[in-house]
Amino acid sequence: MAADQGGELGFDTRAIHAGQRPDPYTGARAVPIFQTTSYVFEDTDSAAAYFNLQEYGNTYSRIMNPTVAAFEERVASLEGGAGAVAFASGLAAQAGILFTLLTPGDHIVASQALYGGSITQLKHLARKLALDLTFVEPDDSEAWRKAAHDRTKVFFGETIGNPAGNVLDIEAIAAVAHEHGCPLVVDSTFATPYLCRPIEWGADIVVHSATKFLGGHGTSIGGVVVDSGRFDWSNGRFPVVADPSPAYHGLAFHETFGVYGFLMKLRAETLRDLGAAMSPMNAFLFLLGVETLSLRMQRHVQNALGVARWLREQPGVLEVRHPGLEESPYRPLVEKYLPLGAGAIFTFELAGGREAGKKFIEALQLWSHLANVGDARSLVIHPATTTHRQLADPELAAAGIGPGTIRLSVGLENLTDLLADLERGLSAAARLATDATVALPRKPSAAVDPEVVA
Amino acid sequence: MRLGGSGTSDDPRIAEYQSRRDILEILRRARTVAVVGLSPDELRASNFVGFYLQRHGYRVVPVNPRTEDILGERSYPSIADIPFPVDVVDVFRRPEVVPAIAEEAVAAGAGTLWLQFGVISFEGAEIGGRAGLRVVMDRCLKVEHARYMGRMHWLGFNTWQVTARRAWSV
Repeated sequence: MAADQGGELGFDTRAIHAGQRPDPYTGARAVPIFQTTSYVFEDTDSAAAYFNLQEYGNTYSRIMNPTVAAFEERVASLEGGAGAVAFASGLAAQAGILFTLLTPGDHIVASQALYGGSITQLKHLARKLALDLTFVEPDDSEAWRKAAHDRTKVFFGETIGNPAGNVLDIEAIAAVAHEHGCPLVVDSTFATPYLCRPIEWGADIVVHSATKFLGGHGTSIGGVVVDSGRFDWSNGRFPVVADPSPAYHGLAFHETFGVYGFLMKLRAETLRDLGAAMSPMNAFLFLLGVETLSLRMQRHVQNALGVARWLREQPGVLEVRHPGLEESPYRPLVEKYLPLGAGAIFTFELAGGREAGKKFIEALQLWSHLANVGDARSLVIHPATTTHRQLADPELAAAGIGPGTIRLSVGLENLTDLLADLERGLSAAARLATDATVALPRKPSAAVDPEVVA
Repeated sequence: MRLGGSGTSDDPRIAEYQSRRDILEILRRARTVAVVGLSPDELRASNFVGFYLQRHGYRVVPVNPRTEDILGERSYPSIADIPFPVDVVDVFRRPEVVPAIAEEAVAAGAGTLWLQFGVISFEGAEIGGRAGLRVVMDRCLKVEHARYMGRMHWLGFNTWQVTARRAWSV
């Protein structure tokens, strides 16, 4: 088949084929796991050319590996980017972007509704590396605009926020970022390229925790950065990418490598220096996952909407925050950016607060109580007693979490079985509510406490 | 929308000058490539491209009036000064000077006018095209070689190539 293909072939075809060609040496059809640290050079001239970045060559698996490269190209193809660099985890991938673009005194504007681990990472890095950081209300493009100033270098948001489920107006925020000569970096872990491709809407860099839906099996930790290849790093704001690099004898990455400049810098300097490389074994497992991405996401989305619709009819449930529900304030953005579905992770608010949350979780038999999302298995967590247990109720509220908030990551099981198990949990929580009313008649029920509902 | 990594311009007129068939023909048949604006500085993009083309068996002919030789090859002040035929004229100059370079490429009997990333001149392209030259614009000769015949996929770049054939070389 000829064709200038990649651009014309469908998503599912590329999810199976992009980045991997039958091995020319053995004919192996599956992606070989190149479990090797290093690569023998043909001769000294070739070795020099590889180290000088004058030729595409394998040197050391901390920087590149053929199995990992197959995964990188596959994700780049699905996102519509110029290329990708894989990392040992999603947070390592984010750190890689920031390490590449920022120097002390630089400023980041980020959504305040990011995954808690990302917020912690940004705060921690800002403190350690003397960066300036502003968190903004992600739904308000004016807030992004007002936060930016001369030293701003990065705008950072999530396609679908974790766990609040807010949908980023990518096109609008990308426009604001570009007004300020900055790239928009989008964590698209919850959407996957099947549901949304931020580069098509103007985002410049997309980052994933591959640990979640890309793998889908919950076996491996990994991350990946995709670059659109379209941002002008020579606009005067990014001497770190545009100016001669002391680490490569004065090589100017953007001028020399053009649309591949950022990716070369990210790999040849940042990955080399931080050392957070993805292992070939994990890349192999992620590739297996990506092959079925569209089929799995269809089922994830369908099950999640089924669970959300059922939950909002249950008496013990105060609110269901799924951006795909008809009543969600994010409905117009979902129709624009996520027409195939708004993902499979959402929260709901249980009547009865912390104690009800504990009883609910403890009664479940099928949903796994753990701190991950995007697995084939359905997962559940009660932030107030786990990930956010140090916080008092007002602090929880500021994070968009109530004492009775439950986060679900809906898996691929049969919907009826998932609902039956949730019913078991809701019954346990409801029993507690009845007991509590009897035992403490003068205390107001958490269900009607406005702070809890907020 | 432009495919990620294919070029620098979103101008829809450019697609005419990025034909896969033309690019494959050029890569397969060319032996001699005159690189106009080839820099002796080994950190510049033109030098990276010249170095790479030499490694992959092409004869590189530097066209640069300011230096004697580059990459071990004698440098000529202009295309007209090259005393033997060249297959490809590969341009690393400002778009404004491309029409004049295109005239020279035509006069020298070159088969292809190749304009690198960001070297966008529809006037120059038309001059080449009218004279029967193959014209490629806003693409990098090194990247296209690496995409179709090389190892670009070893570094996680999006080659946009998909095949279930064992031998992918063309």
